[in-house]
Amino acid sequence: MAEVYLNSKFIGSVENPIEFVQKIREERRRGSVSDKLNVFYKEKSDEVQLESSKGRARRPLIIVKDGTPLLTERHIKQLEKNEITWSDLSKQGIIEYLDAAEEENALVAFFEGEVSPEHTHLEITPLAMLGYCTSLVPYANFNQSTRLNAGSKNQKQALGFYASNFAVRMDMDVNILHYAQKPIVNTIMHDISNYDKHPAGQNIVVAIMSYKGYNMEDAIILNRGSIDRGLGRSTYYRPAVAEELRYAGGLIDQICIPDKDVKGYKTEKDYRFLEDDGIIYPEAKVKEGDVVIGKTSPPRFLSSMEEYSLASSTRRESSINLKHGEEGIVDCVLITENEEGNKLIQVRIRDERIPEIGDKFTSRHGQKGIVGLIVNQADMPFSAAGIVPDLIFSPHGIPSRMTIAHLIEMVAGKVGALAGRYINGTTFDAEPEERLRKELLSLGFKESGMETMYNGQTGEIYHAKIFMGNMYYLKLKHMVANKIHSRARGPIQLLTRQPTEGRAKEGGLRLGEMEKDTFVAHGASLLLKERFDSDKTVVPVCENCGIIAIKDNFKNKSYCTVCGENVQVSDIEISYAFKLMLDEFKSLGIYPKLQLESKY
Amino acid sequence: MADIISEYEDRLPRKVIEEIKENLPKGASDGKIKKVMEAVLEEFNIARVSPGECVGLISAESIGEPGTQMTLNTFHFAGVAEMNVTLGLPRIIEILDGRKELENPMMEIYLKKPFASGKRIEDLRQLALQIKETTLKDVATEFTINIGDFTIEIKLDKDKMKEIDVTSGKVSDAISKQLKGYNIRDNKDSIILKARTKEDTFNDAYKTKEKIKEITIKGVKGIRQVLPVKREDEFVIITAGSNLADVLQLEEVDAYRTTTNNIFEIEQVLGIEAARQSIINEIFKVIESQGLNVDVRHIMLVADTMCVSGTLKGITRYGVVSDKSSVLARASFETPIKHIINAALVGEVDNLDSVVENVMINQPIPIGTGLPSLIVKIPKQGKEK
Repeated sequence: MAEVYLNSKFIGSVENPIEFVQKIREERRRGSVSDKLNVFYKEKSDEVQLESSKGRARRPLIIVKDGTPLLTERHIKQLEKNEITWSDLSKQGIIEYLDAAEEENALVAFFEGEVSPEHTHLEITPLAMLGYCTSLVPYANFNQSTRLNAGSKNQKQALGFYASNFAVRMDMDVNILHYAQKPIVNTIMHDISNYDKHPAGQNIVVAIMSYKGYNMEDAIILNRGSIDRGLGRSTYYRPAVAEELRYAGGLIDQICIPDKDVKGYKTEKDYRFLEDDGIIYPEAKVKEGDVVIGKTSPPRFLSSMEEYSLASSTRRESSINLKHGEEGIVDCVLITENEEGNKLIQVRIRDERIPEIGDKFTSRHGQKGIVGLIVNQADMPFSAAGIVPDLIFSPHGIPSRMTIAHLIEMVAGKVGALAGRYINGTTFDAEPEERLRKELLSLGFKESGMETMYNGQTGEIYHAKIFMGNMYYLKLKHMVANKIHSRARGPIQLLTRQPTEGRAKEGGLRLGEMEKDTFVAHGASLLLKERFDSDKTVVPVCENCGIIAIKDNFKNKSYCTVCGENVQVSDIEISYAFKLMLDEFKSLGIYPKLQLESKY
Repeated sequence: MADIISEYEDRLPRKVIEEIKENLPKGASDGKIKKVMEAVLEEFNIARVSPGECVGLISAESIGEPGTQMTLNTFHFAGVAEMNVTLGLPRIIEILDGRKELENPMMEIYLKKPFASGKRIEDLRQLALQIKETTLKDVATEFTINIGDFTIEIKLDKDKMKEIDVTSGKVSDAISKQLKGYNIRDNKDSIILKARTKEDTFNDAYKTKEKIKEITIKGVKGIRQVLPVKREDEFVIITAGSNLADVLQLEEVDAYRTTTNNIFEIEQVLGIEAARQSIINEIFKVIESQGLNVDVRHIMLVADTMCVSGTLKGITRYGVVSDKSSVLARASFETPIKHIINAALVGEVDNLDSVVENVMINQPIPIGTGLPSLIVKIPKQGKEK
């Protein structure tokens, strides 16, 4: 007697579970039971589990009956002629969807040739077990699985041609790669997904070698000549948005060049790009701080202001300007209105991004790296045939990561580039490596893919043969231009008087607790003090009651709020944060008395 | 020779001088001895920690940095059920927190000569059984309460009893020693308990029934498992569960080498110095087992900190940290409000003597270059006149 559970609830028991399960499956294939039901017989605990709940990951497989797959040539022809559709196959009981549990009861053949009478299912294609991004990795079955994960993640961050109507879109924070290409070494997923309509990388020549140590630790070296010819060039788009908001009392924001008597008026120079309507003109070259859309808002606290009836002159400046570190060219101005009928202005700013040191690139095998050096073409190593690589990749990236497909792709890419054809690198179903190597030999190259190379600076021959080939490389969206940040002095927080945090606020780089410890461990006492001087203040302290006194520079005298004027008031240097803490103690009813004493 | 060496007595520690004396070749000339002493003195001065060196923080960093690489695994003894050892970070935390209840208390019992050799394997087995705690529920098959007269009947497992060599007489003796107010009748294959008081209720009988299950029949209380292990030339008994005080009472046990991993117990039985050494040993053992390399002196410093007060204190807000003299330093480490309010209630004064406080008020910290100061107090000029 096996127990039967429907969606984990006990519903009864059956005498012969295997027969029962088989029957349900047959009924499902016939269509009399929902095809969303999965059934699973667990031998270990002798129970049958029926699942129809949502949220299970299921995947389609071809049903195999008595050693023959139910999907025949006839079906494929019908599919090609559009006489039947995918769902018809499902309805006819030729394919079915299995969930993770039911898969445990199935024996799935990988390829049609493997099918034996024991098999219950056949993979539609082995590629079906991979996701979209992973399917785009050529020769993926030669890689370590963790690299496929990393590679799939990287592909999502690649710059490309994300939408063909990008010129009329106002997407926030997007990039367009110039001269995007479709990969020479592709998979069938590239064809299925129309990858050539939205490519995201470029086919380049890669050499695996060291170059003066500038490609240590995953760094890569780029050829300046290639960059000048457009390698990895992209444009960054970012719209600035302003809205004429309506406030209670019929007041409204106004998009215009602010008057000089507006509260918070910047300088005339900041508004220089604005046209009469208060909006910047296209193709203006803007830098940080420049106003893109001029706007004024009504005063914040209306009631108190009404008495003076000076509403017009007390408007606030609320223009949109470029933030710290931003620059670019105004690409397009859009004037429209939003759902509430308010005037809406969007100004798209474009910025051309030429690869520079610190930009991130990757192949499709999780081999990401940062540009460590850009070398003049004349100084790049070159092969006997005069081929100069676009990119130099470090050989130390290969052994521990075991990305064999990375190497195969280079060979395949080389063959593809030389023979002028695309190479099919579909996972489990790719053009075999041996054939590629033979073809490479027939094309006049060494079948190993290695080449004799010469030092670009001295012309000396390298003793080692260098592995060189063509690869599809992706530029990732992490560019230094968006991240570079430094500060010597700048804005501070109002409450603590310590530097602000974060790049957008031009913040400081925090010397944290553990960094502090290193100073302490070195005994660098005064250096540590200097580091933490960012919020130092001098406060007068009453020596009688030990509470912070008041120093009146105007009258040039000091007095204590508690003890009056006839007390000794001394200046001490403390951090403002500590003064704040003393104030917080006072608000708690705790009396923080400072007892002063000469330091020397 | 002795003259030359004694010249250095105030400049070198006694132990170093003794070591030199031991290792000097006989008949060394005075000039050579002098040379040796000078060389030793120079080395010694180099090895010394400079004044103002921040030893505590360097220890903390030296233990903390490799600590980030430690794995969170527990090690299982192959073959023996429920014999596992806490290792890695959890064990370090356990030691440094000064916990009284360990996750896996263990003992290593060394034995005196005739047993240690393992020649008489039967004796060793007997001894192991004598140490392992057997409770009443281990030898009983059934506990029943007679609802009529509230007597408790314990049915005994003859095979089990034979295995661990106890008789029903011994069992009833053990019960009578550890349970008061009951009459015990021994029926050889069962034992019947009856309360002496008349007004016994079912509830009381039930409570008694549950209580007697834990009565120790044989062995040392708290020792759950025993495992004789051959270590080099002798047999050592490793136990799960720990009871140092009682194990040391056993005649066959070599009390000089027997140890437990429960530091708190060592402190109770052997004293604080032993506890200090035990902390060092235990931490070092973990660090070594992880293949890390930390100088013992860092660990010694931690152990010293935990033991200076004379009792074992963990590095927690209840232990070592609560002993700090500075309010601000205590407040900066967990539960600040509690410390500040308590300080305010008694009017504590913070002399700002240590590192944390001076970082807080942005003053030079009294460590390293910030340490030197004038000893002479300069009188205030105003007061003199």
